[in-house]
Amino acid sequence: MTGKGRQFGEVILKVENISLAFGGVKALTDISFDVREHEIRAIIGPNGAGKSSMLNVINGVYHPQHGRVTYRGETRHAMEPHHAAAMGIARTFQSLALFKGMSVLDNLLAGRNLMIRSNIFLQALRVGPALREEVHHRKRVEEIIDFLEIQHVRKTPVGRLPYGLQKRVDLGRALAAEPKVLLLDEPMAGMNVEEKQDMCRFILDVNDEFGTTIVLIEHDMGVVMDLSDRVAVLDYGKLIGDGTPDEVRSNQAVIDAYLGVKH
Amino acid sequence: MATAAASGDTFPKLLLAHARTRGDQPAIREKDLGIWQTWTWSGVATEVRLLAAGLASRGFTRGMHLAVIGDNRPRLYFAQLATQSLGGIPVPFYQDAPAPEMVYVFQNAEIEIAIVEDQEQADKLFEILPQCPKLRHIFYDDPRGFRHYDRQELASYESLRAEGEAWARDHPDFLDKAVEQGKGSDTAIMLYTSGTTGNPKGVVLSCDNLILTSRGYAELEGLRDDEEVLAYLPMAWIGQNLFSYAQWLVMGFRINCPESAETVITDMREIGPTYYFAPPRVLEALLTQVTIRMEDAGSVKRWLYRHFMGVARHVGARILDGQPVSAMDRLHYALGGIFIYGPLRNTLGMSRIRVAYTAGEAIGPDLFVFYRSLGINLKQIYGQTETCVMVCVQPNGHVKPDTVGPPMKGVEIRLLDNGEIVLRSPGLFVEYHQNEEATREAKDAEGWYHTGDAGYFDADGHLKIIDRAKDVGKLQDGTLFAPKYLENKLKFFAAIKEAVAFGDGRPEVTAMINIDMQAVGDWAERRGIAYSGYQDLAAKPQVYELVRECVEKVNADLAADPKLSGSQIHRFVVLHKELDADDGELTRTRKVRRRYIAEKYEPVVHALYSDMDHCWVEAQMRFEDGRTGTVRAQLAVREAKAFPPQAARQAA
Repeated sequence: MTGKGRQFGEVILKVENISLAFGGVKALTDISFDVREHEIRAIIGPNGAGKSSMLNVINGVYHPQHGRVTYRGETRHAMEPHHAAAMGIARTFQSLALFKGMSVLDNLLAGRNLMIRSNIFLQALRVGPALREEVHHRKRVEEIIDFLEIQHVRKTPVGRLPYGLQKRVDLGRALAAEPKVLLLDEPMAGMNVEEKQDMCRFILDVNDEFGTTIVLIEHDMGVVMDLSDRVAVLDYGKLIGDGTPDEVRSNQAVIDAYLGVKH
Repeated sequence: MATAAASGDTFPKLLLAHARTRGDQPAIREKDLGIWQTWTWSGVATEVRLLAAGLASRGFTRGMHLAVIGDNRPRLYFAQLATQSLGGIPVPFYQDAPAPEMVYVFQNAEIEIAIVEDQEQADKLFEILPQCPKLRHIFYDDPRGFRHYDRQELASYESLRAEGEAWARDHPDFLDKAVEQGKGSDTAIMLYTSGTTGNPKGVVLSCDNLILTSRGYAELEGLRDDEEVLAYLPMAWIGQNLFSYAQWLVMGFRINCPESAETVITDMREIGPTYYFAPPRVLEALLTQVTIRMEDAGSVKRWLYRHFMGVARHVGARILDGQPVSAMDRLHYALGGIFIYGPLRNTLGMSRIRVAYTAGEAIGPDLFVFYRSLGINLKQIYGQTETCVMVCVQPNGHVKPDTVGPPMKGVEIRLLDNGEIVLRSPGLFVEYHQNEEATREAKDAEGWYHTGDAGYFDADGHLKIIDRAKDVGKLQDGTLFAPKYLENKLKFFAAIKEAVAFGDGRPEVTAMINIDMQAVGDWAERRGIAYSGYQDLAAKPQVYELVRECVEKVNADLAADPKLSGSQIHRFVVLHKELDADDGELTRTRKVRRRYIAEKYEPVVHALYSDMDHCWVEAQMRFEDGRTGTVRAQLAVREAKAFPPQAARQAA
């Protein structure tokens, strides 16, 4: 069920001529690609190719030395994390970003932090508008819990869950912010086959049901080719291929870099 | 609260009666988005009216079958009621049945309309659609994932309900008329039983069957209209239909649908059912969870738990049965109630249970007594789909763990010469759908139903089920030999995984035993017994000693039973490999194929019936990757002590 014949919208996110260096180490060199609304866009590449750096540039954790990021028509030299979050970019992390001692429910509620309007005193007293708002947020979070099928661990502290489920909660935490663009950093790392299948289904469902645009980094080639509409391939910080899974699969530079070359 | 059940001879009539007389009372709840949503009786009646109208507008009429597929969801209950309102017959399916297994039922029952829970179930139906040409409409409850489906057969439950709303406006009193036409002898439901061979058989149950059975149970247990019941077992199972559907409508109590299969334990704790039904595997899973959590607890709590569970084992069940117990013991037990039993019952969601039933398979005495000793009135019942699970039930105050109690009111039981139980009861099924031959085989001309189970009545008139009738044999001297009964007794020990008993036409009973790798492995580790693998462990003299103790306990038990004292196990071997379905030794549902095993392990059986103390065995074995290999091993044959019938009590 890939995106064959699927309809995409306008370009929602565009990076142009991005170069990023840490001292003498060139993490990214002159990278340009775009992401269209509603598509699932994958960034792949061998270890150290600069995939995570690319995500970090998109949501403003890293500031590139050169280049521009255009998001929903606004062009910036560099994003700032709080801008990115406020403008509807959410992400999950390879090494999870959850409060281990808090319940799944509270973690997801924390994911809606930016949307809470009432002030801290009203919240503390749980009166009037604050209470109404809390009910609203709780309802949205419950919908996500239902969507990700994690009802059975709703009140379990995240630290006690198996890794695969924690990954799912991390996705839920990102979804709670109702993002336009969702950045997923290796959503399937460290999972067994069944957990991977579940995660694939959830990613497709998020894309389908909420219309969320998804940019994902993944190692598992099978998963990437099945899931994505378009794939960008990085190697040593350079963009060496960009196109549909079929195009990328038959691109010689990609084959050499990713699958190895005969000497 | 009133205890009067509503009157009516069909389920829709019962529903309308509840809606008329106590319409504002809660009828069904479902946990959705973390909150319990409630439908009152009049709310249910409205839903059923609209859905029935929708079905009628699609041409569904009296006598037609309708498939209901999914977990326990209120809307699927409404679907059953709507079907019955129109005089149709709901056919619930096991929600985890693979698509190919559904084909036969769709063809056999000529089903045209299916109401399913979600995309998963709808996908299965699309898979089999080419083989089921009659199937015209599929309605789904949960819209998730259906966005891109473009199939003319498919529509949502909501759209059907909306069609019904329009149709009902033009036919204002259609439902009352349709319901009025129904009578008790109408077919209420059809449940398919999975035979071990051949196609499943559709058991046709009438309204009278289910309603009389429900009333029988209600009268026996003094059920009321304020019971809380958790509806969590498959809708295609007779137990679920009787206790959460038929009895729900007869008594007018409340049923509660859990959020998902994984949340049952939490949901049960929130609801606190007063009336509960669980097959042994569910009870076992709960006990395992408790045991594991206790192992993780601090040492004080662990000590308290061990101490008071000891007290409970000693006196708990006797207090529950109202037997004389010394004041000191009562005090001790009451103290345990404060520290352990009360909190534990609460954790299990069993604080409010007045009656709990278990059935479906044999339950281990330890497991059974665990719950009873906590003060939970757990009882075994005996019955089949064909009898609406109404044959025997253990009476309050007189529960004997190894029997299923005396026959219920209205049930006549006879025992044939080979020990087979035959019976007549008000709950007895009408027929197998379009299968006269099978019906004749199961139900003779005078209406006696042949259960296929063998059993006998003990001195108190309680029925004891021992085996399938066809497996029951006789020793050379004519003593009754029931292999499954012995095997079950052995398997109730944690150390024993499988057992095969021999004895038909032989002078005495012997057994082949499989140890449980995990349990025995742990046991060996704790004692510092080194072993290299399954075969090595199974051959250890200490393990033989452990197994011998188990066998002798079984023998001591058997000696106390006048009918079975002759079938004590005299010699046994511990097998060097696990019996496995891949090697053809077990069926896929893990039942032993005793004839095949007797042939395959002929040298072992020979050794068991000679005076040899060991034998060589060579067995083909299939590895996980599909290759086969041969395992050769020397097995020791050991004797176990048998007890004279009267000495049994002291030995045990």
